[in-house]
Amino acid sequence: MSTLAIDKSGPTRNVKYGSMSRDRTWALRWSYFFLTLFAIFSLVPPLYMLITSLKGSAEISAATNPWWIYHPTLENYVQLLTSNQFLRFFWNSAWVSIIVVTITMLISVPAAFALARMKFWGSATLATGVFLTYLIPDTLLFIPLFKMFATIGDWTGIQLINRWYVLLFIYPTLTVPFCTWIMIGYFASIPKELDEAAIIDGASWFQTLTRIFIPVALPGLIAATIFAFTVSWAQFLYPLVFTTSTDQLVLPVGIITTLIKGDVFNWGQIMTGALLGAAPPLIIYAFLMDYYIAGLTAGATKG
Amino acid sequence: MVDVTFQPNGVAAARTARKRGGLRNALRRKSTSAFLMTLPLIVLIAVLVIYPAFYSLHLATLNKSMSRFVGFGNFEFLFKRETFWLVVKQSCIFAISAVLFKALIGFIVAHFVHNVPANKQRKWRGMLLVPWVIPPAMSTLAWLWLFDPSYSAFNYTLSFFGIGPIPWTGDAVWARFSVILVNVWYGAPFFMIMYLAALKSVPEQLYEAAAIDGANWWQRIWYVTLPMMRNIIAITTLFSLIVTFANFDIVRILTAGGPLDHTHIFATWAFRVGIEGSDIPLGASVSLFMVPILAVAAVFILRDINKRGNEA
Amino acid sequence: MADVTLRKVVKRYDDVEAVRGIDLDIADHEFVVLVGPSGCGKSTTLRMIAGLEDISDGDIMIGGDVVNDVPPKDRDIAMVFQNYALYPHMTVAENMSFGLRLKHYPKAEIKSRVAEAARMLDITELVDRKPKQLSGGQRQRVAMGRAIVRNPKVFLFDEPLSNLDAKLRVQMRIEIKKVHQKVRTTTVYVTHDQVEAMTLADRVVVMNHGRIEQIGTPNELYHHPATRFVASFIGSPAMNFLPCRLEDTAGQLSVRLTDRIAFPLPPQRAARYQAVPRTDKLLLGIRPEHVTESKPHVEPGVEPFDAVLDVTEPMGMETLVYSTLEGTQICGRVNPNAGARDGGPLRMAVDLNNMHLLNEVTGAVL
Repeated sequence: MSTLAIDKSGPTRNVKYGSMSRDRTWALRWSYFFLTLFAIFSLVPPLYMLITSLKGSAEISAATNPWWIYHPTLENYVQLLTSNQFLRFFWNSAWVSIIVVTITMLISVPAAFALARMKFWGSATLATGVFLTYLIPDTLLFIPLFKMFATIGDWTGIQLINRWYVLLFIYPTLTVPFCTWIMIGYFASIPKELDEAAIIDGASWFQTLTRIFIPVALPGLIAATIFAFTVSWAQFLYPLVFTTSTDQLVLPVGIITTLIKGDVFNWGQIMTGALLGAAPPLIIYAFLMDYYIAGLTAGATKG
Repeated sequence: MVDVTFQPNGVAAARTARKRGGLRNALRRKSTSAFLMTLPLIVLIAVLVIYPAFYSLHLATLNKSMSRFVGFGNFEFLFKRETFWLVVKQSCIFAISAVLFKALIGFIVAHFVHNVPANKQRKWRGMLLVPWVIPPAMSTLAWLWLFDPSYSAFNYTLSFFGIGPIPWTGDAVWARFSVILVNVWYGAPFFMIMYLAALKSVPEQLYEAAAIDGANWWQRIWYVTLPMMRNIIAITTLFSLIVTFANFDIVRILTAGGPLDHTHIFATWAFRVGIEGSDIPLGASVSLFMVPILAVAAVFILRDINKRGNEA
Repeated sequence: MADVTLRKVVKRYDDVEAVRGIDLDIADHEFVVLVGPSGCGKSTTLRMIAGLEDISDGDIMIGGDVVNDVPPKDRDIAMVFQNYALYPHMTVAENMSFGLRLKHYPKAEIKSRVAEAARMLDITELVDRKPKQLSGGQRQRVAMGRAIVRNPKVFLFDEPLSNLDAKLRVQMRIEIKKVHQKVRTTTVYVTHDQVEAMTLADRVVVMNHGRIEQIGTPNELYHHPATRFVASFIGSPAMNFLPCRLEDTAGQLSVRLTDRIAFPLPPQRAARYQAVPRTDKLLLGIRPEHVTESKPHVEPGVEPFDAVLDVTEPMGMETLVYSTLEGTQICGRVNPNAGARDGGPLRMAVDLNNMHLLNEVTGAVL
């Protein structure tokens, strides 16, 4: 092996140099070629949403080229955005997501600070426990949770099933563990001397958190906020289980249960609704991509 | 709980025997406030995660009207049902093949993105991550429309090549393929982004050293890239295995388990029997079957995380 | 302004004693440097004075008050950290004023104090910048400024210069000395660099293994080290230690290094070492500057010997020469024109008037 390699590399150096840069050019071309294929694969469904959303129902049911819009129209958008029902879904989703984000931050930021900095009995175990909780999927808990809230309703008369605000209790189980986990990572990466300096400067623990840690770990905080928002916005199983009345539904469930009536699919409106439902996360992603990706990779690379 | 938290301090104070108030008190206060700061988290996890998890075990031992203890009755019933074994088989096929393809495609795409000049990577990465950003319930609707039996845009396109029409969601085999395809479409970007982050963390000098040692392209991947990324690959795969195994949205919307239960996986079937069929104990029993595989994956992830913690 | 007193201060981590009973009196206005190798307990001692570490036993007093149980913020101290620990999201002025703002000082006073400190440290034009935009030396100044504006009883420095490059370190050393001359605040300074310790301190505290080896002015430590550790730690290049024994030859006390080499001791040294048992294993401690080339005229107590040089290191104003004596390396400092060259012979001389004699077993300087 080794002698062979030496034989090759000796006299043919110049040729090799040339071939290497040629190799590289070809590698780059192939990369672009495959990346284009994969990008098409990635973007076809959202683009098709857009295409369909701009078609009238007559064009959709005609056997024309589905990839082309012959008579672009905004009627689907007009219908949805003037429909009280759809706006209701949208607002329910928005409210749920915003309040859940707030609750999540209020719970996970102080907890992450305590777990990252104020070592106390069981804090290491708790940190691990938080991570494990994050691994428990919603599909394992929806049945017992449903039964639990039904039972609470029976016992106390406080009816939580089929109220949009029941989601405020449930969504944090999805968002808090992960946000706490990544905030622990961000907080732990702040040098210890920084809080010691703050303590000597006379800051209390609370002041250290609010005036030093939160501003310094702001990128992490933004990443965690984005995560909490997208998870709340996209959640489908819990609202499907817990809410049924049309005025209590959030967007994903609302679109699927109200726009699909039996076997009649109003595809123009469904695609428009889906696109509008996908818009907030997409907009956040477009503007805060780096934070979004930081939050995505933080779970495995931090901590 | 509160008393337990204080105990180590109490013991320490007794051991030192000397009276020493303030700073120790301050430490105790610190411990107390730390505990209070984590209390909402603890309550949340205890009440809304751990309790329901055990409650689910309890529910699984009741009869349909939840009035009588039936022990393993629900499980015995499940074992006798053909659909249950179908669901087990489909869950495994679904999770394993989807994760495999996601990992593979993610790895390949990450390499391609890593190959292009750094200033163009952002643009490509941005486009390729879009499937992960769209709420899966929304994007699956688009796939459902693309798969529509009479208006499928895919079949329209394929007809020009003389293929089809393909019964994307109508035939058992095709329907399984479709749900896996959509899951791969949705999940591959996550792998791509994780691998890309890992690729960037491999020091360039290692490749240069390998190149000087005469390693070719394939050897560089095998001896440098893969070992350096092993941790990330393992953790991403295990994590994705959990998420995929517990998937609900895609199957529910795309096929709702059909045709004839041939795409049901644990989560969708648990929903069908538990919520739609109003047999909560049976639904709980079905979803409990996810626990073993989740536990195994979780143990491996945890081991990995701890290992990394020790290295740091 | 206050004195600092440590009484039998102990720090235990589980089973390990990091600090094993330290007694130290630091006078008002004094600049004391704690120096020692890493892990000697110097930083832990400083952090206990700061209140960042709980003390396991003993008492710490600042300005006469026992502060064992006083939290850091009420001890009226300021600390400069090795990595500066500047708040990255605050400007220089905000960094410096953070402590005052927490204590709700009037705005005008904060402003004037910051301005004064900035002027003193020559960072007036930097006050609106963020730490990220500053060089290492500037960050160091800001960290000091943050300490100065507080006008505390005690300054604590924890290896403040070790993140700077060599040239800047010398510059900042002088800066710190100047600041201390101006504000005259009691200062406790921790470093592992003996040069820093010698140049800055009124008094140096040499620590090793959690204990104080010796306390003294820089000159005392240099010329009268109490232990082998201090003798070897202070001074660069380090003191030579040659195994030796005392011997009476022809009614005169001499120190025998090898079978062939023995030096008669000068009278005042001979008197001092008369009582040392002749059988004890001893070490001759001699600083490199007292091992020089042999001069033509004979001086009392300066004994010549022949050496073969292994390595020479020309430093410009002098040349360091290394030779081996019975397996022990000796370093000497000779005139650059003395003709020293690698592998060459050199007639050298050792000045026994400045010798130290140590017990090899106990390490005590006799």
